[in-house]
Amino acid sequence: MSARRSSSTHTSEPVGKSVRRVDMTDKVSGAATFTDDMQFGPGLYHARLVRSPHAHALIKQIDASRALDMPGVKAVVTGQEVRTRIGLYLIDRPIFAGERARYVGEPVAGVVATTEEIAEEAAQLVEVTYEQLPAVFDPVEAAQPNAPLIHPDMGEYEVVNFIFPKPGTNVSEHFKLRKGDVESAWPRCAAIVEDTFRLPQIQHVPIEPHVAISLWEQSGEVTLWTSSQSPFAQRDLIAKSLEIPHGNLRVVSPYVGGGFGGKAGVSMEACAVVLAQAVQGHPVKLRMTREEEFVGTTVRQSLVANTKIGCDAEGNLLAMETEYFFGGGAYNDYGVNIARAGGYSCTGPYDIPNVVGDSYCVYTNLPIGSAMRGFGMPEIHWGIEQIMDQLAEKIGMDAAEFRRCNCVKTGDTILTGMEMPAIDMVACIDKVTEAIGWGEERPPSAPHKKRGTGIAIMWKAPAMPPNPGSSAIVRFNEDATVNVEIGAQELGQGAFTVAAQVAAQALGVPYEWVRVSAPVDTKYSPYEWQTVASRITWSMGNAVKAAAEDARHQILETVADHWDEDVEDLDIKDGQVVSYKSEREQPLKDLVIYGLPNENFEGWKGGPVLGHGKFMPTYVTNLDPDTGQGRRAVVHYTVGAQAVDLEVDTETGQIEVLKIASAYDVGKAINPDLIMTQIEGGAVHGMSSAFEALQFDEQGRPINPNLVDYRIMTSVDVPREIHGDFVETPLEDGPWGARGVGEHVMVQTAPAIANAINDALSIRFNDLPLSAEKIFLALEKRRQAK
Amino acid sequence: MSMHTITVTVNGSREYLTVPSNMTLLQMLRDKLALTGTKNGCEAGECGACTVLVDGEPVNSCMMLAVEIDGHEVTTVEGLARLYDDEAELSPLQEAFAEHNAVQCGFCTPGMLISAHALLQRSAHPSEDEIREALVGNLCRCTGYLRIIQAVQAAADRTRGRSADTRSMSAKTAPKPAGVPFSGGAE
Repeated sequence: MSARRSSSTHTSEPVGKSVRRVDMTDKVSGAATFTDDMQFGPGLYHARLVRSPHAHALIKQIDASRALDMPGVKAVVTGQEVRTRIGLYLIDRPIFAGERARYVGEPVAGVVATTEEIAEEAAQLVEVTYEQLPAVFDPVEAAQPNAPLIHPDMGEYEVVNFIFPKPGTNVSEHFKLRKGDVESAWPRCAAIVEDTFRLPQIQHVPIEPHVAISLWEQSGEVTLWTSSQSPFAQRDLIAKSLEIPHGNLRVVSPYVGGGFGGKAGVSMEACAVVLAQAVQGHPVKLRMTREEEFVGTTVRQSLVANTKIGCDAEGNLLAMETEYFFGGGAYNDYGVNIARAGGYSCTGPYDIPNVVGDSYCVYTNLPIGSAMRGFGMPEIHWGIEQIMDQLAEKIGMDAAEFRRCNCVKTGDTILTGMEMPAIDMVACIDKVTEAIGWGEERPPSAPHKKRGTGIAIMWKAPAMPPNPGSSAIVRFNEDATVNVEIGAQELGQGAFTVAAQVAAQALGVPYEWVRVSAPVDTKYSPYEWQTVASRITWSMGNAVKAAAEDARHQILETVADHWDEDVEDLDIKDGQVVSYKSEREQPLKDLVIYGLPNENFEGWKGGPVLGHGKFMPTYVTNLDPDTGQGRRAVVHYTVGAQAVDLEVDTETGQIEVLKIASAYDVGKAINPDLIMTQIEGGAVHGMSSAFEALQFDEQGRPINPNLVDYRIMTSVDVPREIHGDFVETPLEDGPWGARGVGEHVMVQTAPAIANAINDALSIRFNDLPLSAEKIFLALEKRRQAK
Repeated sequence: MSMHTITVTVNGSREYLTVPSNMTLLQMLRDKLALTGTKNGCEAGECGACTVLVDGEPVNSCMMLAVEIDGHEVTTVEGLARLYDDEAELSPLQEAFAEHNAVQCGFCTPGMLISAHALLQRSAHPSEDEIREALVGNLCRCTGYLRIIQAVQAAADRTRGRSADTRSMSAKTAPKPAGVPFSGGAE
């Protein structure tokens, strides 16, 4: 039997069905093209970057003469020549540092040569004279008035109107949340827990490192081929920064080999464009080594959280006060909005009547903190979800029941004053407690092991400007196959498959007839803000649905005219126009390009069918800068729960996670199995993140920027069982009710593990990363105390 | 940089190549032969994205020099299907990855497939633990590995099923280039 798939597969009405991914055959056969796989011929040049060895220093002089003398070197560009800044929310980052280096690894210059080896060698010959300055690495220290000032020019930076930097300090954003009256609430609390929680910087670790190729042509046309979650945002930011007309800058982005937020916005890509400008007519390739990937692209921000929460004797949450200090790293162009999201969602998924929240983004002399899967939520949930367990314990309530009572529910007025759109958290809690066997006694597998169960819940809203747009085009081919054009990116999450399912369902054609036009190319693809924020199924889905409905309407009008019937009596079923009134049928083939002839071929009607659609939320309002209150803070929230069953070896401190059970309210599962793959992969990503940390020495130099010393989960580390489930409470403005779930699936895994460890050992860990060593030492300390 | 002329069989096709002495096998495959299915994830032998078969054994092609494979056989992801069936678009292993949705971004997939293929060649009935061990050098950040492990198990079951069906045994009946690893690998 040949393994060739039958071409007769025919899936009608594919929404809600686990159809095969449109990119699957490409990806298992080796045919899928990633950016580094593109061929540019012998004219291709290669670039390497010269990076600062100091965490904080003034750049006094750059001498590139020895590098330029090397045979094969074509150009050297330094930050002293290119003085432009770039950024999304707060435009604070030079493409190459010119006056001041703010972290170890910051690019100060770039070298272009005929080969990567020559570029690498020449980069060593660029002589940079620095004057070292005092550096600061901890976000709380950096927020103090006497801390070394990292951005003395902050007051001059352009900033969007919902971010509030504090010039003269290292605070790039301060979000204030004030609700109710906490002072009068504390005395009414029967239990109060107050503690500090810390998370280190971690990295996305996509298996595909960042890579960008750029070409400037003498005509002024510029192309950037790049592995990007945000081709359109990259075009916008780079065009503005380098004063290129948007129409002259073309960003092409094939399949992305893992993003997780690290390939959102602009990191190293602008360097490639600036370097290519120096050697016009030659494409220039800049590819990150794994070491550069760790410290020279972006990382997840660190966090120090000081949090106090109280409840009454019946377990009703009454008050919360919290300070979040996000360690934003050297540049916060994207990170300011993470601190903002941490602020307007600062309670986690709970209904708390009295809240004081202060969320700060703080500059530090470390790698650039930026978007990572969860966007501030994994960070804040780490502390919140451990405190909730402690409160439940103090008042003698079951941890799951405590959450059922206090979690946000449909119609609640949440902390920003917004009414909570329809969701069902309680159903998610019920599903995971049932799946994990909550409350059942289970013996450990050996006498020296301890077993524990933990639960954690989460919420997350898409964090973005109020008005990010999506657009889509649906066009037919002669044989009635369909091309869907989108600007959303396929990162592995299944965006292209969802686009094809949505188009097929809305048109009334089989799924197998739909192709997704790729790669995303800003010259030809319709606009999409960014593939981030778990917004694509919802926002792009709406745009594709609108485009398909537009195309469908054109077809029905042509056929109705031809049959002399009403459009309302016609439908498209399985690729045929049918009339419920006359029971006539008309295949789409040919009709969708050539139209239909009039009687006796006396003229024609119709013509090539091309539908277009868009979606943009229009209802989000800015919030009061002093209270964080407003009518509509965000578009919506996705909620979910996780429960973990694990064992700890008390002789080694080793943790074995036996099972993770997850459930999320997805609104509508467009492709149920793709949701399960997100849930499974996310649970492992979340689990891995609990054991990860970028480490630095006292001078801010990275210690572990490689895959041996910075370990991510491997095939032998992952649980035997990951149980996934979902709830479908429709989202008012989602396609068939769908909302996003791609990031949520890892948000609360680390605190669920911490709660399970506490269940097993009665030991709390406030600081990440966890490690066997840390657990062993805590057990040892307790043994000695006894 | 001194240059060397080498003869190598890649996916059943004999190639004569001139390569510099410092060129890795990974660079040779990607830059000389445009076999870009084999991925570059770290160039340090840590991620497994560049795994290929050399004489049937899985190796990190970033850690091997092109000159070292003079006279040897290399199989990349592009050659996997033909190891089973000259007509096939996908091998049973690739098909199992597809059916189990064991792929997300797809960047680790070629290396994963090669490591899993090598395992199935040396062990027709691998246990779950054996599969996990065999894939430990192939990092994946998207899937959480479970679908991949399940896909390898399913492919093992399917290949066993195929063994009973002589009509479909094209891999064994078709003339195969010497050295291509059908005969059991290391054990």
